[in-house]
Amino acid sequence: MMFARRLAFRLATTAVTLVGVAVIVFVVIRVVPGNPIAMMLPPGATEADIARLRALYGFDRSIAEQFLIWAGGVLQGDFGTSITARRPVLELVLGRLPATLELATLALCIAVVLGGSLALAGARWRETRTEAAVDVTNGIGLSVPDFLWGLILILLFGVVWPLFPISGRIAPALAREFATNFYLAEAILRLRLDLLGALLAHMLLPALALALPLAAIIAQLLKQSLKETMHLDYVTLARTKGFAEGRVIRAEALPNAVLPTLTLVGVQFTFLIGGTVIIERLFSYEGLGNLAIDAVINRDLPLIQGIVIVFAGLFTLINLGVDMLYAALNPRLRRG
Amino acid sequence: MTFLAVEGLTVRIRRGPWLLRGVSLAVAAGEARGLVGESGAGKSMIGKAILGILPRAAEVVSGRILLDGTDLLRLSDRDRRARIGRLCALIPQDPLTALNPARRIGPQITDRLTDILGWDRARAQARAAELLAEVQIADPPRVLKSYPHELSGGMRQRVLIAAAFAAEPKLIVADEPTTALDVTVQREVLRLIAGMQARHGTALLFVTHDLGVVSKVCRRLSVLYAGKVVEDTDVRAFFRTPGHPYSAALLAATPKYTDPDSSLRPVPSAVIDAVRAEVAAWDAAHG
Repeated sequence: MMFARRLAFRLATTAVTLVGVAVIVFVVIRVVPGNPIAMMLPPGATEADIARLRALYGFDRSIAEQFLIWAGGVLQGDFGTSITARRPVLELVLGRLPATLELATLALCIAVVLGGSLALAGARWRETRTEAAVDVTNGIGLSVPDFLWGLILILLFGVVWPLFPISGRIAPALAREFATNFYLAEAILRLRLDLLGALLAHMLLPALALALPLAAIIAQLLKQSLKETMHLDYVTLARTKGFAEGRVIRAEALPNAVLPTLTLVGVQFTFLIGGTVIIERLFSYEGLGNLAIDAVINRDLPLIQGIVIVFAGLFTLINLGVDMLYAALNPRLRRG
Repeated sequence: MTFLAVEGLTVRIRRGPWLLRGVSLAVAAGEARGLVGESGAGKSMIGKAILGILPRAAEVVSGRILLDGTDLLRLSDRDRRARIGRLCALIPQDPLTALNPARRIGPQITDRLTDILGWDRARAQARAAELLAEVQIADPPRVLKSYPHELSGGMRQRVLIAAAFAAEPKLIVADEPTTALDVTVQREVLRLIAGMQARHGTALLFVTHDLGVVSKVCRRLSVLYAGKVVEDTDVRAFFRTPGHPYSAALLAATPKYTDPDSSLRPVPSAVIDAVRAEVAAWDAAHG
């Protein structure tokens, strides 16, 4: 009951947030310099041509009027038509969204596994050289941003040791095998290990570039909160029961230490999705981020609006998910 | 039959002060022994050393801890842990912090039975329910499914006592188990520990600063000062005629319900000086 009410409340605030985001984006991209009409016409177009096109796309009306027309369409599921691609924005965005979601999810999984393992190792062998090594690793992970990791990985594993493909989501010939745009999920569900291997080879480097900074943050924070938990009485009591240190950390310390880390991972995961914009560009990965950059370069206003709304919706959904997960993992917040 | 024998146990903070200065004490099988001393005397350190949970900064310099004849300090970490887990248990000081807030009560009682001793789940569950009934907790099945924050402090201490007796240990170390409880709950918990100890025939090392508590639970008594045992005696004899001058002063300093108007008497400085001189001599001899 409590849970359902909280969920309903959060969904309501989410709607308010999205309206706010829509207004801001709509106004900002119309106020900043750059004109989509100018991009569409050849040099030497007449004033009359420009005026005709402006009227066609509705840019001759006031911003408020344009917004109401657009918002009315959005409420009916019509996000407008891309100026450059001449196709519905929703179709373009939904076509690209799975690629970005899969990349971000893979990056998150890598970050959690990598960061979690480092944290556990650092806590298990605390105050030894192992912990010092973990700290140094975290320092490196934290001080290099994701796009730089992308360049480093391309250089190392694409150029110096060409082990992985450095461009695209999958070889175009293989792309025809898929019925949906969720390539990774589909390959796993259909147990097509050949496709899965090809996908992962393409996704590993960009996902790693996105994951490394987040892994370092997780490792640092989780290790610290594990170490704080290790001093508590229930951990000591578990040691007297005959449990080995590793088991004491996993069964006693981890369920408590993971809570503060979870909050941060939620916030950082949204940054990671923001990072996909540049990383997808670097690796020519056909996701939403790459589409967003093209949209901005071409001043494709309807497409930019659609992409930003989708990103904003995604972020609020992630925050909602983290909140719910936090409640599920912390028995003191659970109510029967 | 001596079950636990601590012989000449000397512990110090690495490159720091001494914590225990050659402590010797013995607990016979089934015997309840009190270990008293003022704060900082090293009472809890002895319990921690026996259970293998000394802080990382502390190191054992010399001595033996014989548990049923085997010196724990000569065992590998793994063997020591296994032996302690099988033969000993701890009743901790603060019931509010000694239960894991993220885990249900049931597994916190049964994990040693299933994961260390290899019992099957159903048998361990039945045993846990039986023990909760023995520590007079109403509705054991519900409590087993509860989280610690759903129980009162007194109930949590009962749960911890039940957990300590779960594997029928031969020795229980109780580290000031009533200090964090209010006075009325204290009495019940003491009675419970004394009753369980007698029924199960478990040896008990009861660490406390409260002489009144010792007299309710223990038959034998060791008095600790500055990391040294200054007296080892029978509890009744101790209350009649304490042997060591420090013990006598400690006893005299205990407030009495029968004579509430008498002012508190601190331990006389002459006694303190004498004991301190002994300690200084020990320190000088051990560098």
